[in-house]
Amino acid sequence: MTKIGVLALQGSFREHITILKKIGVEAVEVRLPEHLEEIDGLIIPGGESTTIGKLAVDFGLFEKLRAFGREKAIWGTCAGAIFLSKDAHRQQPLLELMDITVERNAYGRQIASFEMDVEIPALKKVSPNDAPFHAIFIRAPLIASVSGGAEILATLPDGRIVAAQQGHLLATAFHPELTNDDRVHRYFLKLVG
Amino acid sequence: MESQISTFTTKKGLAQMLKGGVIMDVVTPEHAVIAEEAGAVAVMALERVPADIRADGGVARMSDPKMISEIMESVSIPVMAKARIGHFVEAQILEALEVDYIDESEVLTPADLHHHIDKHAFKTPFVCGCRDLGEALRRIGEGAAMIRTKGEAGTGDVVEAVRHARTVWGEIRRLENMPPEELMAFAKEIGAPYELVKETRELGRLPVVNFAAGGIATPADAALMMQLGVDGVFVGSGIFKSGDPAKRGEAIVKAVTHYNDPKILAEISRDLGEAMVGRNVTELPESEQLAQRGW
Repeated sequence: MTKIGVLALQGSFREHITILKKIGVEAVEVRLPEHLEEIDGLIIPGGESTTIGKLAVDFGLFEKLRAFGREKAIWGTCAGAIFLSKDAHRQQPLLELMDITVERNAYGRQIASFEMDVEIPALKKVSPNDAPFHAIFIRAPLIASVSGGAEILATLPDGRIVAAQQGHLLATAFHPELTNDDRVHRYFLKLVG
Repeated sequence: MESQISTFTTKKGLAQMLKGGVIMDVVTPEHAVIAEEAGAVAVMALERVPADIRADGGVARMSDPKMISEIMESVSIPVMAKARIGHFVEAQILEALEVDYIDESEVLTPADLHHHIDKHAFKTPFVCGCRDLGEALRRIGEGAAMIRTKGEAGTGDVVEAVRHARTVWGEIRRLENMPPEELMAFAKEIGAPYELVKETRELGRLPVVNFAAGGIATPADAALMMQLGVDGVFVGSGIFKSGDPAKRGEAIVKAVTHYNDPKILAEISRDLGEAMVGRNVTELPESEQLAQRGW
């Protein structure tokens, strides 16, 4: 049976685990390098990217996560998307696994956090429900550009990129773990295989 | 496709993103940078840490907006700031500064002995202190999107933080075992809104994120609070009143992540230098107990 790890250094890992369990998937917390050995795919949750990056370095997870992502599926939400990127226009540890650049807090401070329906055409692969996805953006990063093997999965009506995919790697600037809609989680499970 | 800006979901959501993290009190931009580098998930910008407010006496108010703005410019993580209980104009000013969270805090001198701020009226989310479940649900009823147990700020003594966390959880456990017909009487008894009592029973926890605060001074204190079931910790005087703030801050951050791993806790607790001196809460006269402020 597929086992998904959720990086549990800091942030919204409990919410991800709740959704995974609801759709019948075994989910475990990942805090140390050895926890990566038993899982088939990894979610890096929302949180503070500087904190998650620092703890990953300090507990010897950084290179292991990089190696994991070269072979297996990883999905980053918000801070997790920043962590997967190759450039965040700032000095902080980044896995540089995806050919995307991000701009942190691109929409402004907390007071500008917002909710919005977003069209994600790729979700049709996992659900006949073609309703837009209700996306929650909290001090969200912007995916400023995609290049190389990365492709755009979703944009806001004004064209700003909010989700991208590169093979088995997935990045969303918003938080599906804060909703009751499990379609992005099920889409990620398809990438895990 | 209209966007809705600053909803209760996004207010509550930021607190969810702070979970498993440490929020540190800082009084200068230099402190803020040290806190961010130590792995803090947010900083609380204030002019004096609670231990100094205690020592100085007098009226403690909202900090100088200039100092808050300088701290906001110095770090990429969220910045919180404190308003006095009931002082909604201080809160309006903090909102105009675009701080990320407002702490309606008993550490400052209360501006209103009867009424807390109507927090629904603000776009900026609020965190409020509590000593028990009733107080937590009253604050959430007024619009707080995050709760922290009060503890006793500026003492370095964790005993009140433990008491408050145990009280909240104890009442939630009692509530979970209650038949539905007893909920209204329970709501009356603890002075909390009925709908929130019902929601808490269904969830088996508070409807918003709950951190511990007030007296946490060591990695072991932080891990103790996490094992007691809180979602994260605020550390006020405990870091910048200690001998080596950068090292102690980093150790407390690690302790909150690995709170259930005594081997790692033993390793990160080594050689941290002097902890803050501290004051025993049991020796404080009632007039100096900050947790008594608010209701």
